[in-house]
Amino acid sequence: MHELAVTESVIAAISTQLPDSRVAVVHLEIGRLSGVMPDAVRFCFALAGEGTCVEGARLDITQPEGVGDCANCGTSFPARDPLAVCPCGSADVTISGGADLMIKAVEVADDV
Amino acid sequence: MCETCGCDAGTGAGGTARLTTLPAPDHEHGHGHGHGHTVTLDQKVLAHNDDLAGRNRAWLGERGIVALNVMSSPGSGKTTLLERTAADLSAGSPISVIEGDQETLLDARRLSAAGARTVQVNTGTGCHLDATMVARALAALEPPDGSTVFVENVGNLVCPALFDLGERARVVLMSVTEGADKPLKYPHMFRGADVLLLNKIDLLPHVDFDMTACRDAARRLRPGLRVLPVSATRGDGLAAWYDWLAETRRAPT
Ligand SMILES: Nc1nc2c(ncn2[C@@H]2O[C@H](COP(=O)(O)OP(=O)(O)OP(=O)(O)O)[C@@H](O)[C@H]2O)c(=O)[nH]1
Ligand SMILES: [Mg+2]
Ligand SMILES: [Zn+2]
Repeated sequence: MHELAVTESVIAAISTQLPDSRVAVVHLEIGRLSGVMPDAVRFCFALAGEGTCVEGARLDITQPEGVGDCANCGTSFPARDPLAVCPCGSADVTISGGADLMIKAVEVADDV
Repeated sequence: MCETCGCDAGTGAGGTARLTTLPAPDHEHGHGHGHGHTVTLDQKVLAHNDDLAGRNRAWLGERGIVALNVMSSPGSGKTTLLERTAADLSAGSPISVIEGDQETLLDARRLSAAGARTVQVNTGTGCHLDATMVARALAALEPPDGSTVFVENVGNLVCPALFDLGERARVVLMSVTEGADKPLKYPHMFRGADVLLLNKIDLLPHVDFDMTACRDAARRLRPGLRVLPVSATRGDGLAAWYDWLAETRRAPT
């Protein structure tokens, strides 16, 4: 599973940029066509986060869809997987987008 | 579940390099909440790997070296194909191999015996090569200018798809014993392929494999994908593979 490597990259990037913070929430974007499973990332995050600045943080994951352009009927439609079929029934579809893995933002707790 | 993905993106090497490649955090202080603030990062999760892959690509480009990332399930015939390729093309520009396996030096020994300079990278429990491992391997390999470097990735159709190594092209292999529906089951790997080799066609009389269905499935994911049926052991179709290699070497970057 590559989700552990993905999760470790998330934690490394946050730890590098906000080394002395206590992170409460991490906002991630995992495109539906990225091949990365959000549930597996959650699982890894809880384990790999231990002892880092994201320990105990909540993961907020959004999953943008891709876009399918149908060569048969000419419409565009939201693509939820790399083999999405057009609502018109055609599989002659060019799919783009929806593959990004992004760290959008983190919410940092302000210690008093 | 792969316990320690072998990926050292989370620790160690390159930790300081990472600092220079990421945009400075943009502090947005959320008012009115009182117990925290939001820091907008808006950065790619794999930015560190992508950046190192970009450096590998530049390093290779300066030297006119073409690197190819060879990926398949375990046992589809990557090493056999590369042994044969190294032996057949040894008269031309030199070939070297970065051999990624979880354990053992077996494949590296086979390739050395076939006349290719080889560096073995053992990933342990790691399920893919990443750009850092390839950078280290290139430094050890010292491939000559103008040569070709094959990177045999860890046998796995899922994880390697996500990690850019700095290659010129992605070569995906599958064998006819694996079933024609492989592309549909592992769409991400096939979606990123630049060429698909269907290996072990010498076994076609013994297996139920629908070549057309397989090709169509792969092209649904990657329209126009070049599909080359080959037998790495018997030699069928290898001329087309060598043509593709020559074409890819000539193609402007
Ligand atoms: N019949 C037949 N067997 C083949 C062919 N190519 C490879 N094999 C056999 O398939 C087995 C696996 O081949 P390898 O080249 O080691 O496969 P690999 O993809 O490098 O395997 P890993 O590195 O373990 O992922 C060996 O027994 C090969 O002899 C082929 O074209 N036809
Ligand atoms: Mg091998
Ligand atoms: Zn349609």
